[in-house]
Amino acid sequence: RVSSDGKPPKFQPPPKPVIIDRKTQKEQSRFLSPEFIPPRGRTDPLKYYIERKDMIQRRKVFNIPEFYVGHVLAVTTANPHTSDKSNRFVGICIQRGGKGLGATFVLRNVIEDQGVEICYELYSPRIQAIEVLRLEKRLDENLMYLRDALPEYSTFDVNMKPAPRMDHEEIPVNKLQVRMKPKPWSKRWERPKYNIKGIKFELPERKMQAAQKWSQPWLEFDMLREYDTSKIEEKIRKELSEELGK
Amino acid sequence: MARFCAGFAFALQGLLRRSVSHSLLSFGSITGACGAIQKLTRVRVVDNSALGNTSYHRPPKCIHVYNKTGVGKVGDKILLAIKGEKKKALIVGHKMPGPTMTPRFDSNNVVLIEDNGNPIGTRIKTPIPYTLRRREGEFSKVLAIARNFV
Repeated sequence: RVSSDGKPPKFQPPPKPVIIDRKTQKEQSRFLSPEFIPPRGRTDPLKYYIERKDMIQRRKVFNIPEFYVGHVLAVTTANPHTSDKSNRFVGICIQRGGKGLGATFVLRNVIEDQGVEICYELYSPRIQAIEVLRLEKRLDENLMYLRDALPEYSTFDVNMKPAPRMDHEEIPVNKLQVRMKPKPWSKRWERPKYNIKGIKFELPERKMQAAQKWSQPWLEFDMLREYDTSKIEEKIRKELSEELGK
Repeated sequence: MARFCAGFAFALQGLLRRSVSHSLLSFGSITGACGAIQKLTRVRVVDNSALGNTSYHRPPKCIHVYNKTGVGKVGDKILLAIKGEKKKALIVGHKMPGPTMTPRFDSNNVVLIEDNGNPIGTRIKTPIPYTLRRREGEFSKVLAIARNFV
């Protein structure tokens, strides 16, 4: 096959057959906190089982609500240096990381024109309360680009009242496209590696196409990177419902 | 050749000012965070002292960190070069992530201080981390003028 300008032809992925299984799709809507799913590796599952037991113990005593990246949370922590021993911070969750007991989430807010981020450990005994103030998912799972966005997108009122939750079924997705500060940014968010859908790129077409040079379209077809968590998730869901139902 | 280009680019940056500057730092170009505060880091003075708030053609830079390691974290004293003079300052927040549950700020914040520890300004509007309260004895006067805590 001879291409027009002597360069190798652009990689055209084969069309993937889309299988829609209507039976199992309904059951997948239940929420499982991402830190319960063990990472892919060769560690003994006993280690994760023991850790899960400790996590369940903590959850029995303290209610950790269901939340995703993009929710606005208010966290009250115990702090010996405050006057009334506890400290409240309101912010948008920009990242959820870590597995097991070391699971963390980062809250971001802009106070008095100063951007502040705090990384909290979900299972830390210092946390006294977590309230969800606004329930909405965003287009991406990692909102680190808010650091390079205009500060209005990260400001949240500290005395915000919790919005009433209508449905117990679906969490609305906010399709907000955020406007950025002028470049340079902390990371090159226009590159396909980050796959960000929530930014309104006002860069010239030339720059957007130049960023596509770093795309790796074969990555989604790499079978060695596949990690099917459906069976593991089912097991963990059963465990959780048994233990927490008691 | 590379040095000539860098000089030319730096001169251009003065002309091609970004039309919208949302941060309070009005420097030419800003490199990424290189860790906490060390020698030659540009810092942001957050109190309302005259020295910290008058504009100058060079940003305030750290020239020495009073620490065994040369890296300053929250609560360390540093020597600052502002407006052609040397002044001591206290670090109240940096861009580098610290231990969990401690706040990470979007700019390296600093409060101007005398040799005996008295702050020069009279008010600090930006939030200060609670961890400074642990050393209440040394920083009592700085904590007294702070308004918001995080």
